[in-house]
Amino acid sequence: MSGHDHHHDHDHSELSETELRVRALETVLTEKGYVDPAALDLLIETYEKKVGPRNGAAVVAKAWADPAFRARLFKDATAAIGELGYAGRQGEHIVALENTPKLHNMVVCTLCSCYPWPVLGLPPVWYKSAPYRSRAVADPRGVLADFGVTLGKDTEIRVWDSTAEIRYLVIPMRPAGTEGWSEEKLADLVTRDSMIGTGLAKAPT
Amino acid sequence: MNGGQDLGGTHGHGSVVAEPDEPVFHAEWERRAFALTLAMARPGGWNIDMSRSARENRPPAEYLSMSYYQLWFAALETMLKERDLVTDDEIVAGHALRPPQPGKRVLSAADVAQVLYRGGPTERETNTKAAFKPGDRVRARDINPLTHTRLPRYVRGHIGTIERVIGCHVFPDSNAIGAGENPQWLYTVRFDGPELWGTGSDPSVKVSVDAWEPYLDPAKEIK
Repeated sequence: MSGHDHHHDHDHSELSETELRVRALETVLTEKGYVDPAALDLLIETYEKKVGPRNGAAVVAKAWADPAFRARLFKDATAAIGELGYAGRQGEHIVALENTPKLHNMVVCTLCSCYPWPVLGLPPVWYKSAPYRSRAVADPRGVLADFGVTLGKDTEIRVWDSTAEIRYLVIPMRPAGTEGWSEEKLADLVTRDSMIGTGLAKAPT
Repeated sequence: MNGGQDLGGTHGHGSVVAEPDEPVFHAEWERRAFALTLAMARPGGWNIDMSRSARENRPPAEYLSMSYYQLWFAALETMLKERDLVTDDEIVAGHALRPPQPGKRVLSAADVAQVLYRGGPTERETNTKAAFKPGDRVRARDINPLTHTRLPRYVRGHIGTIERVIGCHVFPDSNAIGAGENPQWLYTVRFDGPELWGTGSDPSVKVSVDAWEPYLDPAKEIK
């Protein structure tokens, strides 16, 4: 699955079969009164502008900086994350996974594309792709190498296949040299990939 | 179904290639296909398991050659046509040719935020007791249903350990075929890498799936 629209590089006046069909279906559904066009725009705006990995980064930064929140997060992540206002669709049941020097967590959905939307937004194309979904469970170190990440042989690699409605959020290790940093500053070190487990948090520069 | 979607452990797909600064959507039609899929769940009356089933229920070659939103859109068309909400000739015409079905609830803009915030929790109350507890050894059943299931092939027949009793959750195998939610106990089951991938494989790898009780048997290990 390439995940790309094979036609988007073409002349803009030439609409692909898919584009035409989506447009036609939207017209039919609107004419029949099954969809509210304003609701469609709002759904798109929500996931394009409002919900994304900045939410997850705020959760991770708070877990690093606030021991009481950290305790609540590992006890009941859905409730703790809900304190920050992040909840709902594709995040109804969230579990937070703690990375340590001895344990590295990585999240995949081999069967489709399950992903914790309220904290990470919609998944990137690679997360939904056959290479990631096929190899994450069988060769996670190879996948990490694709992302330029190498971990010691004595680090356990724990892969979580999201086969049910439980959504997993990796809490990466806090980088050294960030003692006393504010949550806002810490959040800038938290990448999307570090919360999936295909990356690490950035080192302070 | 043992379809193209069940990718865990399959070979030949190449390296994982991430796109730097990837946009949320790559084309306007992806935005529309995404929003239509979310919005039509209300008048359409289908559930998430039916949606997943409609996406994967196609020849594997077709599944693997389609992009993510092409799959979403194809499934949306399938589910709409199955319910006679839209017909092929209407899509070809690009206009409604028949009146709408009466009494369909529509997702209004005013409802969007609340509907997304509420989501669709799948945990259900139960009077039954969980058959397994953390630490129990279980074997994933060797099932091969022609209909939707969430037990991936790569764990079937293999022995793992119950790590967590999650709760009682809607059972996709029933829910996807309109046979009701049929809630079942759900567990996180952890497998050692070499149990899944052979004795020569990386012993530092552990893999878990979330598996409903009907996917599991108590393991009878040969000592």
